[in-house]
Amino acid sequence: MTRRVVITGIGVRAPGGAGTEQFWDLLTSGRTATRRISFFDPSPYRSQVAGEADFDPLREGLSPREIRRMDRASQFAVVCARDAVRDSGLDVGALDPHTIGVSLGSAVAAATSLENEYRVLSDDGEKWLVDPEYLSPHMFDYLVPSVMPAEVAWTVGAEGPVTMVSNGCTSGLDSVGHAVALIREGSADVMLAGASDTPITPIVVACFDAIKATTTYNDDPEHASRPFDGSRNGFVLAESAAMFVLEEYENARRRDAHIYAEISGYATRCNAYHMTGLKTDGREMAEAIRAALDESRSDGTEIEYINAHGSGTKQNDRHETAAFKRSLGEHARKTPISSIKSMVGHSLGAIGSVEIAASALAIKHGVIPPTANLHTPDPECDLDYVPLVAREQRVDTVLTVGSGFGGFQSAMVLRRPRGAAA
Amino acid sequence: MSTMTIDDLRAILVSCAGEEENVDLRADISDVTFEELGYDSLALMETAARIEQDFGVRLPDDVVVELKTPRALLDVVNGGLVEAK
Amino acid sequence: MTESVYVTGLGVAASTGLGVEKYWDATLEGRGGISQLTRFDASAYPARLAGQILDFEAREHIPSRLLPQTDVSTRLALAAADWALTDAKVDPTALTDYDMGVVTSNASGGFEFTHREFKKLWSQGSQYVSVYESFAWFYAVNTGQISIRHGMRGPSSALVAEQAGGLDAVGHARRTIRRGTPLVVTGGVDSAFDPWGWLAHLSSGHVSDATDPHRAYLPFDAEARGYVPGEGGAMLVLEQAEAARARGTHHVYGEIAGYASTFDPPPGSSRPPGLRRAAKLAIADAGLRATDIDVVFADAVGIPELDRAEADAIAAIFGPRGVPVTAPKTLTGRLFSGGGPLDLVAALLSIRDGVIPATAGTADVPDDYQLDLVRGAPRGAPVSTALVLGRGRWGFNSAVVVTAVPG
Repeated sequence: MTRRVVITGIGVRAPGGAGTEQFWDLLTSGRTATRRISFFDPSPYRSQVAGEADFDPLREGLSPREIRRMDRASQFAVVCARDAVRDSGLDVGALDPHTIGVSLGSAVAAATSLENEYRVLSDDGEKWLVDPEYLSPHMFDYLVPSVMPAEVAWTVGAEGPVTMVSNGCTSGLDSVGHAVALIREGSADVMLAGASDTPITPIVVACFDAIKATTTYNDDPEHASRPFDGSRNGFVLAESAAMFVLEEYENARRRDAHIYAEISGYATRCNAYHMTGLKTDGREMAEAIRAALDESRSDGTEIEYINAHGSGTKQNDRHETAAFKRSLGEHARKTPISSIKSMVGHSLGAIGSVEIAASALAIKHGVIPPTANLHTPDPECDLDYVPLVAREQRVDTVLTVGSGFGGFQSAMVLRRPRGAAA
Repeated sequence: MSTMTIDDLRAILVSCAGEEENVDLRADISDVTFEELGYDSLALMETAARIEQDFGVRLPDDVVVELKTPRALLDVVNGGLVEAK
Repeated sequence: MTESVYVTGLGVAASTGLGVEKYWDATLEGRGGISQLTRFDASAYPARLAGQILDFEAREHIPSRLLPQTDVSTRLALAAADWALTDAKVDPTALTDYDMGVVTSNASGGFEFTHREFKKLWSQGSQYVSVYESFAWFYAVNTGQISIRHGMRGPSSALVAEQAGGLDAVGHARRTIRRGTPLVVTGGVDSAFDPWGWLAHLSSGHVSDATDPHRAYLPFDAEARGYVPGEGGAMLVLEQAEAARARGTHHVYGEIAGYASTFDPPPGSSRPPGLRRAAKLAIADAGLRATDIDVVFADAVGIPELDRAEADAIAAIFGPRGVPVTAPKTLTGRLFSGGGPLDLVAALLSIRDGVIPATAGTADVPDDYQLDLVRGAPRGAPVSTALVLGRGRWGFNSAVVVTAVPG
């Protein structure tokens, strides 16, 4: 008997508002939360816009010690984890800690702290032989960031399998897929799963500038992220995090948990083509979609909404459109597709989890978030991307996908649990 | 520096993106396409950045993407150097 | 699915040898690779010994076009993966691309590379940052580059759990195979020996400040005073047993028979640490009992409290001096994501050669550790089952059981 896995708790921190409710509110309103970078002076950089979250760690309940030792990405993860647990109504104290695990995704982990430390140790880039005198006791944890899933584990005293999944921009999908596998095989009954990235820091902005992957619509920050639009010219870097309580389905039902969705299928493939480039045929993403549908025992025609990767680069959106057509055939033309990156930007490793949250909320609320900033048609992107306005529509089965550097292509199927009340 | 030579370009290409095993860069490569030489868009972006750093000539994105051969690239760079004088 | 997963190829890059046999010969002879840091002037730093790989000429092992875009850790990983595939006699072009995956562990990413980029950014300006920084640094880089080089399009991943991560990668590789991918390249390689990476290591508070390379890393010794960081690691080719046979593989090192992972209770909790449970679960996962284990390759941090906790866990499972224990890692240094995989290599070679390598350096083991630590010379003994332990900073505990494969 295969164990099934469901989402019973969600915690999100994203640009535009502190909390899951505010996040969903932003998405359904079609408002965007991208703005001119304010965390540092962006004028020396090619791309000067970002999706910044207004995150106040003290207001979020973190203690001064937690704030001192935790990188910003850890802070987001812990706050979201606490929200998710609260949301789930799970009585953690009544559980055997051995049965609770953690799977946390992140692409650049402690990048913000690394940069802050670098400037001090090197005296703003002066010294290659960095100065031991200024060494922080937390520096090792910025070098090796597995302290991040540890911090999440400590929020509930998890003693089961704990790991960090770091697959670049598919980390957020893959960390949840990893957690699902652990519950299915019986290594855990509950998993705190999700992802966090807070990459708005000069080195990250500069590295995407170098490959011209980020947008140059610096004079129009609110409309800079334009997935699938003919005038798109790159993604908007952002920070965000989403954490879930995942439970074995029968346990969740037995305790009358509120269930957002079942994660019925997940698959990942690599394009083995290029570390940053994508072929136009979308072959490997299509294969990941096929395999995820297979695991879900779903027919492609059951998909009622696709939450796209939709980063807003010329190559991605074209690649992805091809993958949808290749895997779903004619059904790709009938299925609403949207990219929430149009509203909250691209938080690298975290966004996959944030998009799972959006997908689960779409099932719960019967609303499909739109693709904002979609005005100019692109003949290579000719599907229904739900332009500008959210669509009220009951959806029972959602496909969400991700694509990232290194060639990772991931897909996940979420659905209203069969046997659940309408 | 008054002009950039094919030797300068060779050195920068190798430094920025190595060289393919089956390609002889020391041969006359002026009219061989970058694609045939094994240099992708990433390699050319890095090369353009290095040229800007070393020779002071800026190569805009839309120009770089059109430069298919070493000769084409050198013509643009040396044109830029002449203008700068 | 609980089908068998075999190890059919090995590739090693360590300070004691490039290549499996060089590494193993040095290990059995007790020839260490710990030396004074030469990569930069470390005279101002309080600790200066590291397990450096001094004989790796990247251009001899890696295609020229990959050199500008790779950190030293990725170059080592690519070389080790290539050697493992050659060892396994795998021709990736002859296999279906979706039937091959890559699951690696990484602890510090491409750190020296990114340090250079940080310097260019802050001392010269953002236009000097390389196009390669966007992918030379992140933790999945080795998985990505190995996948591309060998055309492997199956399910792939990168896991981070400090010194436990390498064993988690092997465990996840086994899971991936059991879920339908016949071949997975797995393992881990780390290197962070630029000045900033080195300082970061020192900030852990666990790096030995001893000056004698032979007496610096002494796990389970009464005078234990930390570990010596090393660079390198190992890559292994894992295959579904049936697929390996169908491919005509004759050379099988062993089976990944058991795997488990646990996490310690939060700091300050009175609940027991999780290493013992991880070991027991892995042994049970292998369908075995403690009495079946012939040798334990210890995590061996070299910090007294952590050594004691590990010794206690081992004694609790196996009884006082109930099983030979060893830690060949004193010769290479502690390798983070590479540590677990390299210990697996040593375990598999112990099985092959019927000999347990000694723990070099450690001399005076406290009686109350109740440990049978193999010291001095290697111990000849038939080995058909080995347990490998790895702990990651902050509470990660992972364990793998490898067994001989008959025939």
